[in-house]
Amino acid sequence: MAMDSGAQQPAFRLSMLLYDSRYRSMTIQVFALFVLMLGAAWLVYNTKTNLEALGKPFGFDFLFNTAGYDIAQRPIEYSSQSTHLRATVVGLLNTLILAVMACIMATVLGVAAGVLRLSKNWIVARLMTVYIETFRNVPVLIWIIVVSAVMSESMPAPSAFRGENATSSMLLFDSVAITNRGVYVPAPLFSLDLGAMFGMPNLGTGLNWLVIIAVLIASFWLNKRLLAHATAVQNATGVRPKTWWKSLLIFLAPLAVLLVIFGFHAEYPELRGFNFTGGIQMRNSLIAMWIGLSIYTAAFIAENVRAGILAIAKGQTEAAYALGMQPGKTMRLVILPQAMRVIVPPLISQYLNITKNTSLGLAVGYMDLRSTLGGITINQTGRELEGMLLLMLIYLVISLIISTVMNYYNNRIKLKER
Amino acid sequence: MKKSVFLGTLATAALVAGYASAATLDDVKARGSLNCGVSTGVNGFSAPDANGVWQGFDVAVCRAVAAAVLGDPMAVNFVPTTGQTRFTALASGEIDILARNTTWTFSRDTDLGFTFIGVNYYDGQGFMVNRALGVSSATELDGATVCIQTGTTTELNLADYFRINNMTYEPVPIETNAEAQQQYLAGACDVYTTDASGLAATRASFETPGDHVILPEIISKEPLGPLVRQGDDQWADIARWTLNALVAAEELGVTSSNLEQMAAGTNNPEINRLLGAEGDLGAMIGLDAQWAMRAIAAGGNYGEIFAATIGEATPIGLARGLNAQWTQGGLLYAPPFR
Ligand SMILES: N[C@@H](CCC(=O)N[C@@H](CS)C(=O)NCC(=O)O)C(=O)O
Repeated sequence: MAMDSGAQQPAFRLSMLLYDSRYRSMTIQVFALFVLMLGAAWLVYNTKTNLEALGKPFGFDFLFNTAGYDIAQRPIEYSSQSTHLRATVVGLLNTLILAVMACIMATVLGVAAGVLRLSKNWIVARLMTVYIETFRNVPVLIWIIVVSAVMSESMPAPSAFRGENATSSMLLFDSVAITNRGVYVPAPLFSLDLGAMFGMPNLGTGLNWLVIIAVLIASFWLNKRLLAHATAVQNATGVRPKTWWKSLLIFLAPLAVLLVIFGFHAEYPELRGFNFTGGIQMRNSLIAMWIGLSIYTAAFIAENVRAGILAIAKGQTEAAYALGMQPGKTMRLVILPQAMRVIVPPLISQYLNITKNTSLGLAVGYMDLRSTLGGITINQTGRELEGMLLLMLIYLVISLIISTVMNYYNNRIKLKER
Repeated sequence: MKKSVFLGTLATAALVAGYASAATLDDVKARGSLNCGVSTGVNGFSAPDANGVWQGFDVAVCRAVAAAVLGDPMAVNFVPTTGQTRFTALASGEIDILARNTTWTFSRDTDLGFTFIGVNYYDGQGFMVNRALGVSSATELDGATVCIQTGTTTELNLADYFRINNMTYEPVPIETNAEAQQQYLAGACDVYTTDASGLAATRASFETPGDHVILPEIISKEPLGPLVRQGDDQWADIARWTLNALVAAEELGVTSSNLEQMAAGTNNPEINRLLGAEGDLGAMIGLDAQWAMRAIAAGGNYGEIFAATIGEATPIGLARGLNAQWTQGGLLYAPPFR
């Protein structure tokens, strides 16, 4: 404690709360806090009384009632007889699926556009400038609706694929169909279902995928060992042994064996009745949201990437060239790793933006969290307040998780100051 | 001391809130106009005409209420609402009455906290398909892609119908009728389903209505009617009896052309009571004696409104059917004005 016992402390008087600068800021803060709490309490109380006046008691029971509506895109089992809670979970999964897809695509496009904007090729650089400036400066909702309109207005209906003189045909050896209701691609299937074999039929073929991922990780590890060995040999003898065919073998052989054991095959989409069946359907709503969000956010990411690259001193490039590195390698091995430190923090907020912008799904009928819980459920049950609170809470949690993970990554790559 | 001020503030706030929701009539009079929730545009029911003036069957109800309460059928602010926003708009007080082909259901009347003031159109849910599909019955729709408006009874009925009949479908949820129309015409869905009256209205606005058929199956009961917030009985009474006045006027033969002459007095006591020549029914709901007369003058009686907006002589071409007077084999039956 920095108590100066030499000076005589004047006795504390109440008026000092206002006139003594040591206490004044405290007084003001306490007062402001009190007013804020009063305001909050008033809101809560008023809401509660008004809800009671309307005869709508506050509660979350409605989540356990039958939803009654159908959802087209269902990552988990769901029917109109399921509960509103399950509809909420389906919506949440749809939100996450879209967010992950859009984040990946936006990053790929954004990095490419950002690097290319700095290209020495005049046309490429100008093209990227035009792309970034147009896409950044038109609201994302418009892009989403434009993609949706293009899909539904200019692609052929499934009936155009039918009959002797069909006006449209499937692409890539009859495996992909692009229609005005979405894109149908082949679905990967396994004849040997591990889930069913080990008494976990709920998992479906999830177990098969897990095994495949495990094997891939093992291959990855083996390959790393191989490369380390090659480097050791190179250091000792000066000649690097050829590794590419061994790497290829390490990755492909176990995978191929596994796929044969599992009876891997593709299910092709097929026109039956009104629509294509079989395969995986990527609905218009998903495609519109995915492309709309990606191309819009990629324009922002491109600018972040450009800023990151420009932040690295020119001397770094010159030094790399002096060592005989090619431009591509210089970018990949010297510039980008350092630029990441500048790029990642704004990238986090772009990922958060994408996740929050998925809630525009309603505009094109994408059944995300906002459209299920925040849309139909609220509307059919009349529980606006509860639904909205829950919705806010869920978005908040998702956003916090994303920023925690990204901050962790950022801490790992940032300059270590010791 | 502070605590009591705090509680006092809360109590006042609660009182103000309670008061505001209790006297819609006073609010409307003070404002000088009626806030009426309508659709975002369904021809014949509620849509702005070329001059931007709202016209239609649902609009006429609001005009009649405005005429009865304010003496001016044009003193209405129309607030376009979607299937999803309509109930919030009414519950929050943004609108005083909702006239937007809304189905009277148990949960909306009770749990959602609204009061339906009657039925202005007895309807049911139907399906529309392109004639080229060659479908003649809803039972042939297995696997079809169906456009539906979200936040409606339509999507619930649809789910039930397909489940009960062991059929599958692919729902395409859509917010407004205009978007649904665009998606349907682009062929992004095979079927458009909504209230049969809405289908007729939508089809009438197509370039080639003849290319589209409305299937014979009607899969639900959709009594469409205007509604108000629960808890303000006086306001509900005013709205309810304004609608009843329009229906009764048709039954009693009161039309916009003979209204003046009948208001002077007839030898039918019920007409006299309705038009204020006898007794003082208006005072019982807080209005003057001529309220019903003004309501009928706004757009004519129920039959006249029907014929002018959605009847057989209009492009929409709906027959009276269930919506004929009870004396004509229909369901319209206004309680006595007494
Ligand atoms: N009657 C049903 C459906 C009402 C409904 O949404 N009808 C459509 C088609 S007629 C409509 O009014 N749309 C107007 C709009 O899109 O604003 C309900 O109350 O839930």
